[in-house]
Amino acid sequence: MANDPISQFQISKIIPIEVGGLDFSFTNSSLFMVVTVAAASGFLFLTTSNRGMVPSRMQSVSEMGYEFVASMLRDGAGSAGMRFFPMVFSLFMFILVANLLGMFPYFFTVTSHIIVTFVLAILVIGTVIFYGFMKHGLGFLKLFVPSGVPGVLLPLVVAIEIISFLSRPISLSVRLFANMLAGHITLKVFAGFVTSLSALGAIGIGGAILPLIMTVAITGLEFLVAFLQAYVFAVLTCMYLNDALHPGH
Amino acid sequence: MGKKAPDEGFKKPANGDSERHDQMPGLEARRKRLEAELASRRSAELNDGKSEGANKSSYAKAFQLSTEFVAAIFVGTLLGYLIDRFLGTTPWGMIIFLLLGFVAGVLNVMRSAGVVAENRVTKTADNNDDNAKG
Repeated sequence: MANDPISQFQISKIIPIEVGGLDFSFTNSSLFMVVTVAAASGFLFLTTSNRGMVPSRMQSVSEMGYEFVASMLRDGAGSAGMRFFPMVFSLFMFILVANLLGMFPYFFTVTSHIIVTFVLAILVIGTVIFYGFMKHGLGFLKLFVPSGVPGVLLPLVVAIEIISFLSRPISLSVRLFANMLAGHITLKVFAGFVTSLSALGAIGIGGAILPLIMTVAITGLEFLVAFLQAYVFAVLTCMYLNDALHPGH
Repeated sequence: MGKKAPDEGFKKPANGDSERHDQMPGLEARRKRLEAELASRRSAELNDGKSEGANKSSYAKAFQLSTEFVAAIFVGTLLGYLIDRFLGTTPWGMIIFLLLGFVAGVLNVMRSAGVVAENRVTKTADNNDDNAKG
């Protein structure tokens, strides 16, 4: 692989498919999405296949994941939000496993492309809008009208609230994408210092120790970020779903 | 803040008449009781773990606030541009909506920092909602 920190994000076609002038190729990104889904569902399926009252070690890992997301959703959106549990849990597992798979050397990080994270965010916001209108009808629009605002200011406040609402999918997707992109570039740059410094001879090898330590430290940090971003995404999903359930702003 | 509402939500159907509740009264009631108990224990645990989590994710928090701010400005500008494009009001839509975007960005940041209580109104409305239904 090239010594260029950006080349790890290159999309390459594995099976070129073209339907009606549109490019539907199976790329390395698609491959890793499939791997992510297979790994996540395979893990959950295998660990819970012979379930016992007293969970085995692996089964309790799955159960912890379940409990974690369930309590997050209950705290964020109330018990009525539990109907969205399958969606939130799938999103959380997908992002978490995709982020963690990206930590393997030579693996592609699915979530480092904004289009992927943006589609995930649109899925969340689309659900919020769809469910909000389905459950509350036009009453969902109360979300944009805070109570107790003088009539003169109302158009201004509503415009601000609408912009604030529309900015959610963008901030949601940019946050995840930028964290993964920045983390992987930083990792690659520091790792690149190690090789280029150690090519300089004895002094260089001595000097290469510092970026090596840095690389190890950043790898640890990246594992934290991988988990944290999946968590943040899920928490914000719960918050937005709460708006769909109770739009009386 | 959000913890209070679910607890009440649990207790009310147990006394009242939810449709799911009618199907399997004994099991459902027991499940409700278990969940209420778990919820109260969980909230106690959550309060213990909260301060630790806040320290760990201060980097994430900083990142979150900055994206919230920038995203609102971006959306505001885009909206202004589209309005200009379709109504032919160049450059006023963009100017006004860029400024509104800044305001929305500040609002976003204050909300996610918890300076502006987002759920203050929501919570009372939520309770009224529950009362009306239950």
